[in-house]
Amino acid sequence: MSQSQQHLTVSVWRGKSEGAFQDYQVPHLENQTVLDIVTWIQRYLDPTLSYRFACRVGMCGSCAMTVNGTPRWTCRTHVSKVARDGRLKIGPLSNLPVIKDLAADMTAFFEKWQRAEARFTPTKTRLDPIEQIPPSSPARLAASAAIECINCGVCYAACDTVRWNADYLGPAALNRAWTLVNDVRDGGQDVRLRAISANGGCHNCHSHQSCQVLCPQNLNPTASIAGLKRLTAAAFIRGGLK
Amino acid sequence: MDVRLYLAQRISAAVMLPLVILHILIILYAVSDGLNAVEILERTRGSLFWGVFYGLFVVSAAIHAAIGVRAIAREWTPATGRTLDYGAVLFGLLLLVLGARAVSAVVL
Amino acid sequence: MQAHRRQTLWLAALIHRLSGLLLAIFLPIHFLVLGLAIESEAKLENFLRWTENPLVKFAEMGLVFLLTVHLLGGARLLVLENFPWRVWQKLFATIAVGISALIAFGFLFRVM
Repeated sequence: MSQSQQHLTVSVWRGKSEGAFQDYQVPHLENQTVLDIVTWIQRYLDPTLSYRFACRVGMCGSCAMTVNGTPRWTCRTHVSKVARDGRLKIGPLSNLPVIKDLAADMTAFFEKWQRAEARFTPTKTRLDPIEQIPPSSPARLAASAAIECINCGVCYAACDTVRWNADYLGPAALNRAWTLVNDVRDGGQDVRLRAISANGGCHNCHSHQSCQVLCPQNLNPTASIAGLKRLTAAAFIRGGLK
Repeated sequence: MDVRLYLAQRISAAVMLPLVILHILIILYAVSDGLNAVEILERTRGSLFWGVFYGLFVVSAAIHAAIGVRAIAREWTPATGRTLDYGAVLFGLLLLVLGARAVSAVVL
Repeated sequence: MQAHRRQTLWLAALIHRLSGLLLAIFLPIHFLVLGLAIESEAKLENFLRWTENPLVKFAEMGLVFLLTVHLLGGARLLVLENFPWRVWQKLFATIAVGISALIAFGFLFRVM
């Protein structure tokens, strides 16, 4: 390894929506994640750099950033896989306002989960017996394929339908809605189907599939949204969306 | 786009699937020895089949194209709300009127 | 181009959108031409003689490509949305462009 390759030139977004990329020289180690790089810059070069992380092991979903133009979970993204010619460009997630530097404002992202009625509506109390759900039932299998979302916002930042239509609920909220329509215990189905059939709902999806290509959990929101399209279309035809 | 526009868009697409396949086959077949008006009109004039075929085609295409163009305008232009809806309806009607005129020209 | 767009299915969606848009622009012209037959067979015939220009034939080849690629792209979407998930989409999208190009060239071959 030559001397020049032992350092990375890292361009990091500084500022809010108005701002600029600033270059930093960071030592390149063999085993190094993008989050390690950002942390190194903050500790040794500029303590005013703002970014967000918590678990560092791919569970919490708080460290997603735009790395060389692609949204990624930075704690599980190895520099060796994404750096090109010893350069890295790190910015905040797109499709969201910037709070400062690498921290995007996730408010709109989570508000859309609420708008999509993507929350569990219980139908039982603790006094009722626990509902038995066969692991092999079709609904449980459909839900299982779509759970384990860590709310990192990578799919939302990668979605051009979100970029072009600010009303669109986006892949994460709709994927969560799909797990709930497949939950026999849930009591909010009618409200949810109406919410995801309105303007900005699941029917805006153009199946670009950037969400499923980039989802760090290997989920397939496009498939979930296709399921919602089928379900809502059938409900509309039956007159169940009034 | 909501569920009604989605359904209209996809149903018109499904209707046109066989129509477009046949249309492409006719194009490939008919152009081999050059297009001429007599040949086209001999096939279509007074034919119930071609009347229904092209009539259905025009109606589906008008619905499908109007909703499709509306979706593009929603995402790629600043247009919103009523402007989008009126624009799409006007474009759909334009296609419907011109299409109906064309079908009547070659079938009647 | 932004990095997240460099993938087959995003490009397939773009091709689907642009082909649809161009076909929508072409449709009114197509209908007006056929409408010439209302006035007289000769008017339509005159126009068809004009289309024998090789440049027009090339443009028509483009239209055949647009129509075929929009048809196949739309068929893929209808299957994606209405049937269990399939993993062959990138392959199908690529083949769709190939088939459309073949049919368009086939058209050119038939008119030459």
